[in-house]
Amino acid sequence: MTGELPPELSPDLIRGLTQPRVSRRSALKFGGLSALGLALSACSIAGTKGKGGNLGGRAWRDEIDKFWSEQKKKGHFDFENWPLYMDQGAKASDHPSLNLFTKQTGITVTYREDISDNSGYYGKIAPQLSAGQSIGADIIVITNGFELENLFERDWLIPLDQSRMTNFYKYSSELVRDPSYDRGNVYTMAWQSGITGIGYNPKLIGHEITGWKDLLDPKLSGKIGMFNNSEDLAAAAMCALGIDPERSTPSDWTKAADWLKKQRPLVRKYYDQSYADALAKGDLWATMAWSGDIFLKQADNPDLKFVIPEEGGVIWTDNMCIPVHAQHPLDAMIYMDYVYQPKIAEMLAAYINYITPVPAVQPLFAKEAKDATSKADKDTYATLASSPLIFPKPADFARLHRYRVLPSKERKAWNALFEPIYQS
Amino acid sequence: MTALVGPTLEEAFEEDRRRAPAPRRGSARRGWLLPIWGWVVILWLSSPIIVMIVFGLNDGRGRVVSTKWNGLTLKWYAQLFDNADLTTALENSITIALLTTIIAVVLGTLMGVALGKFRFRGSGSVTLLLFANIAAPEVVLGAALLSLFLSANIPRGYGTILIAHVMFSLAYVVVTVRARMAGLDPAMEEAARDLGAGPFVTFFRVTLPIIMPGVLAGGLLAFALSIDDYIITSFNNGSTLTFPLYVYGASQRNGGGVPPQVNVMGTIIFAFGVLVALGGAVASRRKT
Amino acid sequence: MSALRIRRRLAPYALVLPGWLWLVIFFVVPTVSMLSVSTMTGNDLDGFKQTFHFSTYSDAWTQYHVQILRSLRYGLAATVICLVIAYPVAYWIAFRGGRYKSSLLFLLLLPFFVSFVIRTQSWQFMLSDHGMVIGLLRDLHLAGDHTQILQTSTAVVGGLVYNFLPFTVLPIYVALERVDPALLEAGSDLYANKATAFRKVVLPLSLPGVFAAVLLTFVPVASDYVNAQILGGSQTTMIGTVIQTEYFTNLNYPLAASLSFILMGVLLIGIFLYARLLGTDDVLEMAAR
Repeated sequence: MTGELPPELSPDLIRGLTQPRVSRRSALKFGGLSALGLALSACSIAGTKGKGGNLGGRAWRDEIDKFWSEQKKKGHFDFENWPLYMDQGAKASDHPSLNLFTKQTGITVTYREDISDNSGYYGKIAPQLSAGQSIGADIIVITNGFELENLFERDWLIPLDQSRMTNFYKYSSELVRDPSYDRGNVYTMAWQSGITGIGYNPKLIGHEITGWKDLLDPKLSGKIGMFNNSEDLAAAAMCALGIDPERSTPSDWTKAADWLKKQRPLVRKYYDQSYADALAKGDLWATMAWSGDIFLKQADNPDLKFVIPEEGGVIWTDNMCIPVHAQHPLDAMIYMDYVYQPKIAEMLAAYINYITPVPAVQPLFAKEAKDATSKADKDTYATLASSPLIFPKPADFARLHRYRVLPSKERKAWNALFEPIYQS
Repeated sequence: MTALVGPTLEEAFEEDRRRAPAPRRGSARRGWLLPIWGWVVILWLSSPIIVMIVFGLNDGRGRVVSTKWNGLTLKWYAQLFDNADLTTALENSITIALLTTIIAVVLGTLMGVALGKFRFRGSGSVTLLLFANIAAPEVVLGAALLSLFLSANIPRGYGTILIAHVMFSLAYVVVTVRARMAGLDPAMEEAARDLGAGPFVTFFRVTLPIIMPGVLAGGLLAFALSIDDYIITSFNNGSTLTFPLYVYGASQRNGGGVPPQVNVMGTIIFAFGVLVALGGAVASRRKT
Repeated sequence: MSALRIRRRLAPYALVLPGWLWLVIFFVVPTVSMLSVSTMTGNDLDGFKQTFHFSTYSDAWTQYHVQILRSLRYGLAATVICLVIAYPVAYWIAFRGGRYKSSLLFLLLLPFFVSFVIRTQSWQFMLSDHGMVIGLLRDLHLAGDHTQILQTSTAVVGGLVYNFLPFTVLPIYVALERVDPALLEAGSDLYANKATAFRKVVLPLSLPGVFAAVLLTFVPVASDYVNAQILGGSQTTMIGTVIQTEYFTNLNYPLAASLSFILMGVLLIGIFLYARLLGTDDVLEMAAR
């Protein structure tokens, strides 16, 4: 039966199947869209490398000196910081140390508590800095970590005027002088440091917590909290395995990721910062925590405790730095060195409850305790003077490690290992 | 979100007036299961609101809502604007919502009138565009707009939030106005034309007053959508904060917990919304 | 053609133009732009260049298919639960509401005047381990020490159902409301009892409303992620959170863009399959009601 089509393939069907379905209008639409698409494909997103400000590229000593010699005192500067990171007077918006600074130097300060986490804040300022705009702040406070490293790489910070850091070099602790993440304190001066350890409620658990290994206890299943940023998570796991995070290698990272994966079914949630509330409410029984947060919640709920894990904890530092295009760098510089005077550092340390960068504050607290008239004041200062969370002992320091310094180009493997832990 | 409130409520009130209740048939004992289900659902939907109102009255020491009951107080109502960042965020939300409503109502009414009144080539594709806009997930809308701003190097802030809000509320206004246009008697406009009125006069004196309930409903919708939007705004806000963004940020940061003023503001916005809706209902009962 | 005639012909286009332009510039162009971004390569430091690198899509699926499928699962679960809850409520208001129909509807929608972030926050408070709900269950001996509602998929789906219920109730209500009571009378005249009348008369007539309800509920529910962030835990991340993280923390714009398209594509496929199933091709009319 040659020449005859099978019945399913009638000529009408074939005509229908082979006729172009595209009408004129839809062709126009499609054509328009693809033209648009081609036009857009020529677009690209500009990179942020080396888009430095006043001092582009690698700033040399001469250029820095020249820059600073040209700066004049303007009589004002803008300070952006984290919440609860400044001493308070009668009202929450009253800051005695800032008032004292203004009285003694004549420079006024606008203080804003805009920073609540590093990556969010960095995401906020990066586009403006990348476009060469001022972010409206002269001092910002960034934790040592990936975001600070990003700021270094892109030359988005103004190198400090070393000649105006006399108080800093005289009074700063070894922890914050010439730190591994900013050798020579080129860009940063520490504001406060803190410890990442474990916060827990022994009443709900039934026993004390001593180390990271306790967070692998199946009896605590569903009541464990961890942080949702890779630096803290990785550092905690590496400490638990006895590895120094600062000198860790990619194979160490894999081991740490395995530890975290083992722990995952027990973890209730990977928290931004709301773990303290959950711990206070009883939703969590033990959680990764910042020393200062637990200190604060203990006022409401005295059952809560904080411990530096015996395998090792993490110590981090929040640093003052000056972003490029700052309008009042000299005034900022004056303030940054001002707070290293022991008397001023003492005013701040009494409220902030984190690790002050000025060790000389401790004998000052002891003296206050001795001279105090009321029992309440005596107790407060005695507690402050002896608290290992504000003045860690050398034995504690031996157990505390810093984050791994990682340039952004090397983060791909790190992210691939750790992000699935808290992002699944 | 009150996405369909406007047209449906309006229709509901009109239907009530027009239709006489259906004659009852069947046994005198009506089923009791349905009403119980209905009331349980209504109660369940209202429970967080009650919690919010109650906690707006809860005393507390700190800057965040206390999780324990500390006694009744009205002090948060007095200290409503003590938190500068929260107040700025609320201001931003309200001003953006107002501007969005104005722009969306103007553009949307024009579009709705055109689609409802004329039959023209391309009306199908315009309707498809509107449908795609309503159906597209918020994440995609927000992310796409962000991609555009990144490619074109436009800094994100108040202006970009406004652009985004008009973009996603426009379609709802158009749909609402167009539905209202369906009930418009063309004879009215013809009569006006016969009396010598030009197109502009006809529009402002005849068409607009008749479709005004639809325009108002669309405006109310746009306002509600804009003031409560989180996802699209979070992609395009830069460093500007709106009320939902602030509340969400506060709850996830600083150890968790929102300032007590948030609950008070929520209560006030709630009361305001109730008044507006009641007012609208009373007004539409009075008219016609 | 006379000037009047030309003006008449152009009138609709002129009226539509401003709104249309706004949507084209800020909706269509961005979507195409995102398509373009999804095939770029590079990094935040050096910039991104267009390289037509389509394998980003398969990378995105490999890395995040768990979250994508989870979002769909939660979306489906929440939509079904919404339907089950919403239909009786819509029926109750439409058929038994009588004079109070509008007031009941109003009462139902009242809570949604308050920002959904605040409402979800309240849920977070109510559902905490030592909060009202579990406390009550514990008193009734229905819960133990380790019972938790927050940070489970139940909490997330519950939150989704709560926040999107009106999207389901309203379309069904509108459809039921238009059912002519005369039809029901005719049914009982033909000796049908209430159940049969419902099955054979009301239900089929309400199907367009059900379809619109599913459409208007499933898409936002599957792509919402805020509920999961507030009420969820370590195993409940939805795809929206991932997209946000890729955009803002990892600055991996191509990956984020391709994830958005995958999500949209999957949802569109779902919608069209559903439309075919119901035999309704006029998707437009249903949603526009």
